[in-house]
Amino acid sequence: MSLPASCLNMIHSGGWAKEARHMAPILEVRDLHVSYSASGGASYAALAGVSFQHMPNEILGVLGESGSGKSTLAASLLKLLPSNGNISTGSIFFEGKDLLCSSASELEQIRGKRISLVYQEPSVALHPAIHAGEQVFQVLAAHESAGKSTLRQKTRQVLASLFPKEADRISNSYPHQLSGGQRQRVLIAQAIACGPSLLIADEPTASLDSTTQKEILGVLRTLRDELGLAMIFITHNPALLAGFADRVLVLYGGRVAELGPARTVLSSPKHPYTRALFQSMPQILESTGNRRKTKLPVIAGDSSTARLPLEGCVFEPRCPDRMEDCRKREPALVNLGESHTVSCFRYGG
Amino acid sequence: MRFFLQRLRHACFLLFGVSILAFLFTTLAPGNYFDEMRLNPQIAPETVAALRAQYQLDRPLPVRYASWMNSVVHGQMGFSFAYNSPVAPLLFVRARNTLLLTITATLIAWGIALPLGVWSAERFGRLPDRLLSWATAALLVIPDLALALGLLVLTVRTGWFPTGGMTSLDFESLPLSGKLRDLALHMTLPVAALVLSALPLLIRHVRASVAEVLDAPFILAARGHGIPRRTLLYRYALRAAANPLISLFGFSIGALLSGSLLVEVVMSWPGLGPLLLESILSRDLYVVIDGVLLSTIFLVSGNFIADILLYWADPRIRTEGGTR
Amino acid sequence: MEVETSPSGQNMQPFLRVEKLVKCYERQNVFGSRDRLLALDGVSFAVARETTLAVVGESGSGKSTLGFCISCLEIPTSGSIWFEGRDIAVLTESERRKVRAQIQLIFQDPSNSLNPRWSVEDILLEPLNLEGKLKREETKQRAAALMTQVGLSSDMFQRSPAQLSGGQRQRLAIARALALEPKLLILDEALSALDCSVQAQIANLLIELQRTLGMTYLFITHDLAMAAHLADEIAVMNRGRVVEQGPAEKVLRHPKEEITRHLLAAMPSLDNAERPPLES
Repeated sequence: MSLPASCLNMIHSGGWAKEARHMAPILEVRDLHVSYSASGGASYAALAGVSFQHMPNEILGVLGESGSGKSTLAASLLKLLPSNGNISTGSIFFEGKDLLCSSASELEQIRGKRISLVYQEPSVALHPAIHAGEQVFQVLAAHESAGKSTLRQKTRQVLASLFPKEADRISNSYPHQLSGGQRQRVLIAQAIACGPSLLIADEPTASLDSTTQKEILGVLRTLRDELGLAMIFITHNPALLAGFADRVLVLYGGRVAELGPARTVLSSPKHPYTRALFQSMPQILESTGNRRKTKLPVIAGDSSTARLPLEGCVFEPRCPDRMEDCRKREPALVNLGESHTVSCFRYGG
Repeated sequence: MRFFLQRLRHACFLLFGVSILAFLFTTLAPGNYFDEMRLNPQIAPETVAALRAQYQLDRPLPVRYASWMNSVVHGQMGFSFAYNSPVAPLLFVRARNTLLLTITATLIAWGIALPLGVWSAERFGRLPDRLLSWATAALLVIPDLALALGLLVLTVRTGWFPTGGMTSLDFESLPLSGKLRDLALHMTLPVAALVLSALPLLIRHVRASVAEVLDAPFILAARGHGIPRRTLLYRYALRAAANPLISLFGFSIGALLSGSLLVEVVMSWPGLGPLLLESILSRDLYVVIDGVLLSTIFLVSGNFIADILLYWADPRIRTEGGTR
Repeated sequence: MEVETSPSGQNMQPFLRVEKLVKCYERQNVFGSRDRLLALDGVSFAVARETTLAVVGESGSGKSTLGFCISCLEIPTSGSIWFEGRDIAVLTESERRKVRAQIQLIFQDPSNSLNPRWSVEDILLEPLNLEGKLKREETKQRAAALMTQVGLSSDMFQRSPAQLSGGQRQRLAIARALALEPKLLILDEALSALDCSVQAQIANLLIELQRTLGMTYLFITHDLAMAAHLADEIAVMNRGRVVEQGPAEKVLRHPKEEITRHLLAAMPSLDNAERPPLES
């Protein structure tokens, strides 16, 4: 069996050998195009040719702001797009099988069992009138055919792994009686109950304060280490991925801007968007003396989808490093070595 | 608990007030039961006067109210002039007949409205849903009277069902199964009329509440976990949409005694409706007052039951809202 | 009483001074018992004119309640809030309404604080019309001026908030807050719901407005990095009390309290990328 070049690169780049037990990626997205149709016949592209591979036991951080298509990506991976969403081309291979060719019943079996989603906004992602424990139980009951008592036992185990001290109290509580962090853990419990191989977390810490955020990241990290889960962590805050993700994928305007090992992308980003994004974030160690209360270097304009150009590089209108070619053609992905790819004319393409 | 005791107390005051008002209005209305008799030249005025005295109609109002109250406490609830008997047994038999109809009709109506509403909400905006909306709109527009009469005409033409009354003439001689069958046949038309008139409103409310809930994030999250469709609709969506429906159910209970008057009269069902109508027309005072009171009790109980159900069904009300 | 100096070097009374502020929420249970929640437990601090005080803390520390009390949306249980020489904690409702024009609150989620059925123009004109000081044409001009001030173009007038991006909505909320020329702006997690790059844009706008309009800010947040960047002073709250307060630099470099160190450690930072991954 011949391995794709990207896989070979990963092995040789070191630091991967010990973790890559399987060579085959658990998830492979190829040239995914997703669009939404608005009223009046118009349609706009949310994802325009996204491709990446995700290896087992790896945390992939997807970095994207509003309009980048990150939520569309999460929804597409489970084929849970709203009625006006439409996957025009591309394929999503999960454990070798193309999800886009699967039937509705097959997908129902995969969702929650092989691939799970942890939602943002834990306050609304849980049913307000059903006990937290019952909601976890329902997920188990939907996928496993064991008897009720076995399932209840399992529910208790799952909750105990996330709430070591107060599993019973949490199980009998309603969502509105729990704090934000506790609700998020219940969502995670629902997601891991059936032992999935891929966990997609869509901004799971968005509404939490920093201490709870750190806690939840720790929980996810432990789950990865203990259960061998592959994880896709979607966020708009690059700081969360530092020291957490193994690889980072930067999405802009529905396309992959940059993809590579977290350490490389976060400390020395190559794509102009990524660089500008990191520069616009206040760094606490720098906020001393004269840097404080000065204006941050921002990216001009905003990333709303209405402004995306149809030809050429999608970041070109806001890019501080734009060149002639940027308006004419879309840049291709350039391999910078160490499995770090960038789509920018500055590096070739 | 304090909350409920308070409600109970308010309910008692309400009933008290209603009884006074009913008493006032009926006695202050012009005429009384014996007016017709007075017009009849064959009956001597002394007889009329004697009858009036016997029934205490010449006493002042508060005295009559007090003796009526006394009679209520003793379980007789006043006296009916027309039927020449205490009101209580009369009322209860008729009320039982009415409840037979209305409880059956309410159960059937809700039993149809819930699945149909949920089915419609799932297909919100698409053709099957729109067709159902038109059908319910049409039903809503047709007056109850027209529905009842229409059904009567149908049965007269086809002879499938008896055209009125609660039982056949030979009811007593039938075996148990025969009695039940006879009763069921007589009940079919009035129940059908009641169900058809109640259905449109119920379906629309169920559809609206469930459709609103189906857009909620927790439903999407549950789909993401692979929860099967049936569980999703009934355990999750309906549960979350329950609040307005419970209030509606409270109204259904409240209308158990009062909602079927028209149908009973048209179909000659010996229920509370025809009794009340007849008593109002002939000024049979105490029957009217007691009938009104009984209906009010049901109305108040209906709301009360709805409150209890709401308290039980929505944990947020039970635990007095969120932490912040 | 501490005397603060403004950036221009003049000695002046504190612009805003809070003394032993207490806010207790009580709730009657169905079963008759009472639930008490002590949101603020004797908060005291002062803010100098034309400066920014960041109030940081975890959820439940009482920072939002503080914002509500100071902006007169809630009445404190006890304590005083000295603003421009008056104690605004003990005002009557009509006096409070007048003070509210001076102190404006910007919320975290602009989609909840902007009426989705109104156009941008309606939203901006509302406070001006309610105040009733300007004539019709003047209000429209003022609305256009406000839009420019916050960096929105006036061809957005007829749009509804739903058609704006998160950053644009927050700018609109700020424009509306500026309509009545307030002196104090309370930002309750105003940047937390925005994307990182948009946060930078709005932060720059706030810095600009402070410079040109002489605004004073009370910046309530759990994001220490942004607080560090924008604030002159930082107050750390925990369980309804201010546990540490001082110049931003001092609090960040030499935190005294355990909770401050805890918050600093929990803060996500891009610098962590250099270090090896967190041990769980």
